[in-house]
Amino acid sequence: MRFSIFSLLRHAIGGTPWPEQWRSPEPKAAYDVVIIGAGGHGLATAYYLAREHGIRRVAVLERGWLGGGNTGRNTTVIRSNYLRDESAAIYEHALKLWETLAQELNYNVMYSPRGVMMLAHSVHEAQVFKRHVHANRLNGVDNEWLTPSEAKAFCPPLNISPDLRYPILGAALQRRGGVARHDAVAWGYARGANALGVDIIQNCEVTGISRMPSGPVNAVETTRGRIAARKVAVVAAGHTSVVLAMAGVRMPLESYPLQALVSEPVKPVLPCVVMSNSIHAYISQSDKGELVIGAATDAYVSYSQAGGLHVAEHTLEAICELFPTFRRLRMLRNWGGIVDVTPDRSPIIGLTPVPGLYVNCGWGTGGFKATPGSGHVFAATIARGEPHPIVAPFALERFRTGALIDEAAAAAVAH
Amino acid sequence: MTQPFRTSEGGRIDRQRPIAFEFDGRRLTGCHSDTLASALLANGVHLVGRSFKYHRPRGIVSAGAEEPNALVTIDRGNGRITPNLRATQAELYDGMRARSQNRFPSLSFDLGAVSNAISPLLSAGFYYKTFMWPRSFWRHVYEPAIRAAAGLGRAPAAADPDRYLQQYMHCDVLIIGAGPAGLAAALAAAARKARVVVCDEQAELGGSLLTENSEVEGKPASDWLVNALHMLRDADVMLLPRTTAFGWFPGNMIGAVQRVTDHLPDPHPRLPRERLWHIRAREVVVAAGAVERPLVFSGNDRPGVMLADAARTYLLRYGVKVGSRVVVAAESDSAYAAAVALRQAGIAIVAMVDRRPAASDVARSSGLPVRIAASIADTSGSLRINRATLSNGEKISCDALLMCGGWIPTVHLFAQSREKLRFDEALQAFLPGVWTGHARCAGACNGAFDLTACIEEGYAAGGANGQPQRARHPECAPALPPSVHKGMAFVDFQNDVTIKDLRTATQEGFRSIEHVKRYTTTGMATDQGKLANLNALAIVADLLHQPIPRIGHTTFRMPYTPVTFGALAGSARGDLFEPVRRTPMHDQVAALGAVFENVGTWQRARYFPQGSEDMHRAVARECRAVRNAVGMFDATTLGKIEVTGPDAAEFLDRIYTGSLSRLAPGRCRYGLLLTEAGYVLDDGVIARLGPDRFHVTTTTNGAASVLHHMEDYRQTEFPELRVWLTSVTEQWAVIALQGPLARQAIASHVQDIDLAPDALPHMSVREGHICGVPARLFRVSFTGELGYEINVPADHGPMVWQAIHAGNVTAYGTETMHVLRAEKGYIVVGQETDGTVIPSDVGLGWTIGREKPDFVGKRSLARPDMLRHDRKQLVGLLSADLLEEGAQVISDGAGIGHVTSAYWSETLQSPIALGLIAAGRSRIGEILHVPMPDRTIAVRVTDPVFYDRQGARLHG
Repeated sequence: MRFSIFSLLRHAIGGTPWPEQWRSPEPKAAYDVVIIGAGGHGLATAYYLAREHGIRRVAVLERGWLGGGNTGRNTTVIRSNYLRDESAAIYEHALKLWETLAQELNYNVMYSPRGVMMLAHSVHEAQVFKRHVHANRLNGVDNEWLTPSEAKAFCPPLNISPDLRYPILGAALQRRGGVARHDAVAWGYARGANALGVDIIQNCEVTGISRMPSGPVNAVETTRGRIAARKVAVVAAGHTSVVLAMAGVRMPLESYPLQALVSEPVKPVLPCVVMSNSIHAYISQSDKGELVIGAATDAYVSYSQAGGLHVAEHTLEAICELFPTFRRLRMLRNWGGIVDVTPDRSPIIGLTPVPGLYVNCGWGTGGFKATPGSGHVFAATIARGEPHPIVAPFALERFRTGALIDEAAAAAVAH
Repeated sequence: MTQPFRTSEGGRIDRQRPIAFEFDGRRLTGCHSDTLASALLANGVHLVGRSFKYHRPRGIVSAGAEEPNALVTIDRGNGRITPNLRATQAELYDGMRARSQNRFPSLSFDLGAVSNAISPLLSAGFYYKTFMWPRSFWRHVYEPAIRAAAGLGRAPAAADPDRYLQQYMHCDVLIIGAGPAGLAAALAAAARKARVVVCDEQAELGGSLLTENSEVEGKPASDWLVNALHMLRDADVMLLPRTTAFGWFPGNMIGAVQRVTDHLPDPHPRLPRERLWHIRAREVVVAAGAVERPLVFSGNDRPGVMLADAARTYLLRYGVKVGSRVVVAAESDSAYAAAVALRQAGIAIVAMVDRRPAASDVARSSGLPVRIAASIADTSGSLRINRATLSNGEKISCDALLMCGGWIPTVHLFAQSREKLRFDEALQAFLPGVWTGHARCAGACNGAFDLTACIEEGYAAGGANGQPQRARHPECAPALPPSVHKGMAFVDFQNDVTIKDLRTATQEGFRSIEHVKRYTTTGMATDQGKLANLNALAIVADLLHQPIPRIGHTTFRMPYTPVTFGALAGSARGDLFEPVRRTPMHDQVAALGAVFENVGTWQRARYFPQGSEDMHRAVARECRAVRNAVGMFDATTLGKIEVTGPDAAEFLDRIYTGSLSRLAPGRCRYGLLLTEAGYVLDDGVIARLGPDRFHVTTTTNGAASVLHHMEDYRQTEFPELRVWLTSVTEQWAVIALQGPLARQAIASHVQDIDLAPDALPHMSVREGHICGVPARLFRVSFTGELGYEINVPADHGPMVWQAIHAGNVTAYGTETMHVLRAEKGYIVVGQETDGTVIPSDVGLGWTIGREKPDFVGKRSLARPDMLRHDRKQLVGLLSADLLEEGAQVISDGAGIGHVTSAYWSETLQSPIALGLIAAGRSRIGEILHVPMPDRTIAVRVTDPVFYDRQGARLHG
């Protein structure tokens, strides 16, 4: 069934029930590919495996409910103006897919290219952002430098007073950046993958990864029984290290709680996404009217999906400083997610030392924006058994060779 | 003005103190101690808002925090406009101006209600199924239209002038909720001499006692309340009315927000608007009560349809009749208490519609016109209910319909404490499960609905070792599973979620309660589903033919009710946002006309314009002064760490790349710190003051992170080393003197240190006295000139600065410092490095002590990628035009690096730049290109040292 205004009309008039967007099947005995983790990345991987590589005997296993991890907890910022060539390649690949994703999936994921503006508050930060602008231009990624008054024109509630504690000295703007509806991304990919024959199996926790005596994986053990698989792909975000430990693979990951919060809904007041790395705030307004605000990670590793009050307070200090007109608005809800962080703050995608076992993790605080691109190139990697060219630099092996892809260390650029 | 629905007597409002207020421009009168909601109802106003999606007319449903509909904007002028406030919680004050929201042009005639007419099209998730064609329309047509229609109130246009404070408190027992259970708990806790704090979200303490007309412990409830409060005050119990405990954080830390001035017509300007409390309690007693459960039936959202207990509260507490002909829809005996109270006030109860299959004792003895086994099938009325249709077809005209579907214990805070809830089949609600922490629950939130039981539970919970017994009082239960109706039967009033939406979601495969919530938006409104969640859960369970505990519940998250951003930000605004750090010489430096820049949390002098000089000319003059004579520079902001102990040298050997154990006392060495991955983390000068004492400097931004890095290794990797680290950044004022005349500039001020080049050579340190105060004098240089850095105790900095400046020394700032160091090819960490640079990349491989067995990062430097010959290396770049920092450098069209620093060199009279270029050292002499948006600039690759390559001037 295709979704459209006509299908809506038919159902409104006829009152016939809508079909399921995805089935809830029992697991089969065997699949060509078992994907562990039904978040956006895992579901996108399944979708592209079926759609682009004809691999339809695919199961996506999910311990809880699909899209319930960081896919459904993030602040939905989408951009591709990363500094390093390797990063720009994968995020720009994703951004191009975002532009047509609603049509591709026949599911309105509400990709809204309203512009992502990153504020510079010091001479040093301005230099860093200009370096991004120059590097992005060479890579064909849009990113432009705005003066404070240009930034104010683009985002009227912004406080550009020179009396600010950290006055705004300028901003880097990616106009194609923006936001999307996070749940719809998971649901759209789930519906698309389901239609192509993929089994999405929720409430199915993986308890073991089984290997042949010669080494390769051959099955996963789950709370719903053993499932044989020729290939296993782990896309489990904050719990990746736990899952891969089942196959004897140690991962260079640390898991931290990351908080976010929303205000009560108000009429449109913030037209774009605003990020400030040096004073730790990012903010946009959802279509429903809530201000969606990203906070920092806790300072210590944890699996608790809640964070300290001081983290939310620190974030709102920054928001109120940048937007003094928001001071009377109110926090409606605060939550946390577990982010998996690598030593160089870039993801790990590709093969593992175990034949037939693949991994896609380490997206840290910024994985949502990559969802389509990540799934697309990861599917190609699984299908061919070798890294897609965009994926190659993100191999686990780089921590052994030293070829890190560090976006964050000195520039302190958050994802 | 008359208040037609105000009773002539009774209630806790003061009829002698009328209060004038405005609603949507209409002038009305209420009474002192009214809420906005009770005052509106006293005036017969039920229609107060429009719903989020269908813009349906909506009235006041509740009398408290659970209110989904009655959201208003309250305008106090001068940037003090607050949207989305609950009228049921807004205390009336003289001159209050309130407005309804989300309607155009008016509340009674709202064009947005067209969406109600096409509601069949707008079922759950409709927006995921359409608005996809043509592609560009989402961004430019559909989304702007949806955004404009969504939202509730408007954000203020002017900055908020009010102040907010934060306060910290510790106590033995924190009691949340000052109803009968909470007050009993407080009495018991006070009796055992505990330090007790009681907070309650309402203006008046007492909770359900404020509307209770029965007796407690042999006296009228109101007397018991007065007596209890009196005893608590005598026992120095801290009573915090208007204070909502909104969040539970690890370690029994409770966040609570106190509304200080919102109820005052003309608050004193020095009062904060709100105060945010961080309360750390040894024990927490949650006595948060319960809210009444609404019923789900067709047309249950019309103005005039409200909770039965809310109607009782309006009558008994505020002296307000919610109608004159009232239908009550009951699924629990507690509805009869409300009905009887209303009848006693002369309100006609025209029908008591009891859905339970058989009449209970209470029903039989009530004397009310009871319809057993009947329910509400539908209602009518455009802006207010005027008729109810029963399931048996009977039509009853009325002006109010009261709902009672049982009770929902307020387990929100308990659940936030990460303890488990359990589903109680008798109550059909979630109750606190078995808990392990220091949390206790008492009263209705624990499932006790009888007043005596509440008080008993309270005494037990506040006692020394009381794990409260859970009482069972069947007369308050059970609720029936919701009946499923046709038509628009609302589950979530504010977000317009109907039974049909829930059915659609489950049909479409959204079967996890989290999926149902997200797909339909039930429970996601500003009330966070306080009324909706349990009904939604029961309906979904019914649709899926599963028991409710199998479905589970959504996560309870802070805050319990919305919390003002300003209160969370507290006093951190303006200069207090992150307190500005200024050096001891700040005033002297400022008096010289310095232009400051923010560097981390510090303010540093960037340059010192004289007369009409711009930055370029000022910097040129400052550079000439240093190269030709002498300049002085406030270097206080550099991080300083004193490293002491018998193993200090060994520790520094492991932390820095160099061999510091071989450094002689009195000498200094440039040092690099690496991360575990081998990348440059920071640099600085290490001075050895004695065998077991070092004075280490860091970059300004690196002060905290380097100390953290060192402590991390000291505590976790090298715990066997006897070494201590002390940050002394703020203990020393530092003045750098640089230039060929530096020695003359300080000579007359230095008392007991021999400045002769042989006695104090480059890279050495001496302790002595300068200007009569103790000093550490470093001979070091970041300019390539003869240089000293004078460290004196911070308080003496201004005096020493003045004394030296009086000798006609030119002050220079960070910009000149940058130019001079770039002329010498000295790196700045964070500018020439970016977290991917190893020592050899920036020509600092020589700092590595080859003979050392290990240091942090050493192993990583042996990785294959670190040994590649095409790594990016630091080189000089010369061009005709000044380059831009961050610009990319290309060769044959491919990016091979970038410009890290670029300045006009006054010394060389040409632009200079440093860059990191792939295999840069092998490209010296090559011409590369820097593409700019409007042109391409040719650059010649050179050695990164532009000036005095032999370093002769350092040793002057």
